[in-house]
Amino acid sequence: MSAATSIEAAARREPRRRTGSTPRARRRREALIAYAFLAPSAIPLTAFVLYPMAQAAWASLHDWNLITPMQWVGVDNYVALVRDPETLAAFTHTLYYIGGTLPLVFCGGLALALGLNRAMKGRNLLRGMYFLPVVTSWVAVAILWRWLLNPEVGVVNQVLAWFGVDGPGWWTDPTWSMPSIIIASAWKDLGFVMVLLLAGLQAIPEQVNEAATLDGASPWRRLRSITLPLLTPSIFFVIIITLINGFQVFDQVYAMTGGGPAGSSEVVVQRIYDLTFRFGDAGLASALSMILFLVVLIVTMIQIRGERRWVNYA
Amino acid sequence: MPRNVKRHTLTAVLVIGAVAMVFPFVWSVITSVSSGAGLTSSPSLIPENPTLDAYRTLFSSTNFARVVANSVGIAVIVTVAQVSTSALAAYAFTRLRFPGRSVMFAVYLATMMIPMQVLIVPLFVEMRALGLVDTYAGVIVPSIASAFGVFLLRQAMAVVPRDFDEAATLDGAGHLRIFRSVVLPLIKPALATFAIFSFMSSWNSFLWPLIILRSDEFKTLPVALAQLQGQFTTQWDVMMAGSVISIIPMLLIYIVAQKQVVQGVAGSGLK
Repeated sequence: MSAATSIEAAARREPRRRTGSTPRARRRREALIAYAFLAPSAIPLTAFVLYPMAQAAWASLHDWNLITPMQWVGVDNYVALVRDPETLAAFTHTLYYIGGTLPLVFCGGLALALGLNRAMKGRNLLRGMYFLPVVTSWVAVAILWRWLLNPEVGVVNQVLAWFGVDGPGWWTDPTWSMPSIIIASAWKDLGFVMVLLLAGLQAIPEQVNEAATLDGASPWRRLRSITLPLLTPSIFFVIIITLINGFQVFDQVYAMTGGGPAGSSEVVVQRIYDLTFRFGDAGLASALSMILFLVVLIVTMIQIRGERRWVNYA
Repeated sequence: MPRNVKRHTLTAVLVIGAVAMVFPFVWSVITSVSSGAGLTSSPSLIPENPTLDAYRTLFSSTNFARVVANSVGIAVIVTVAQVSTSALAAYAFTRLRFPGRSVMFAVYLATMMIPMQVLIVPLFVEMRALGLVDTYAGVIVPSIASAFGVFLLRQAMAVVPRDFDEAATLDGAGHLRIFRSVVLPLIKPALATFAIFSFMSSWNSFLWPLIILRSDEFKTLPVALAQLQGQFTTQWDVMMAGSVISIIPMLLIYIVAQKQVVQGVAGSGLK
């Protein structure tokens, strides 16, 4: 009886010993399980992010029309891009876009965050209303604003007319195409910036402000000397994110103006798209992609360095 | 007294601002039910004869029903795929020891820095080689994994106490069991946040579907919406009907899960 049970027990133990009761075998088994858990994300990320990234770098050094084999040209594509007035214009428009939206969403978002951080009735509803555009698509936003900024029958020009102002041609006018895109984009991004800054404000301990109030500091003084300095990490993050997203701007431009009129709102990503799918110059487009990547990478590096510095402060 | 006045003024300004923010949405709904809007004049604030004609035109003269179905289907598949693959990877990064763990995690983080916009040319060529241009798979396959999802869920899993898994291990549970029955239920809020974020990103994504899809039957909402502009140049009631349809699902999700939506969007910083 007792012999039989011990044999049974040994038989039950046996396979377990084989699969990994020595520490080494157990570690190997754990590693294999880990790789199995990672494979479903690691394989796609390698195939659809890392490999294309390497491919873009390689293609940027070649003459390539997407059909015939690549021809090595060294850095010719980069040289051509620097000399290409349309690419320079695309960068100028992208910087115009960033220069226009950043101050709008930053000042607006900061004002909203400060205003809606106080205890007040209906605060959540108000926050929700400001955040609403964030959840919609850029294409829907572009179409909405094409209608609002319609030169003939749009609401904006009608309201301007009440005040005796003759509204501009907005997206139909080369001078006003970028401002139109900037207005629509700022409207969509305002709530996003507000939420990021609200999170930063909520991390500031209330006691700091209370102490300053007891010391007789005016609201303006408290904002300048306490709130804003303590909010620096959030402000920094907002600026970085707006820059990164700004360099990649495309959807709303494509849907609102298509880069026009007369190329007046063509941005970098649109230029990549056009070079590839309209002019069939994938080598040049890849080189431009690499430049865009480099710009985004530099901004990201600034973010990482800055974050390290500010984490120590806190 | 002046203090009070000041506060009320501030509140009034915030309320007026909020109404102005929401106005474009209200205006799009009003326009969509005002037949013939935009041809000669702007619709009135209170439509005299509200009608659903624009919606009927939209669904009868385009394949908009199919487009909506495409968007829903693709977004659901992408969301399920991203949540599953990200949760599995997050489990490996927080619960398992293996050679190259920190290097691999650094590589995952690095992929987050590479914008989609930079990859369109080689990715298109890759999809062409795989025969996936102008197919549903062509839209879905590149979005199976999300480094952001791995990052988000890893943070959530890292704070789940190990005691629970140890108890389960003693009961003879394997890693797949612990993953499914112990860890996943404990990080439901993070899963919800990421699922909503993932659905929203897929629903709203434009550049990649624009590049990879050619036939009308496969198109998603944003791509179809951008195209409507060519077809209904001055029929703003129809255009607005299309926009309203694309916005409504996001609006509902936002009303139901406001907290998760805000967390997901704020956490990503990517949109």
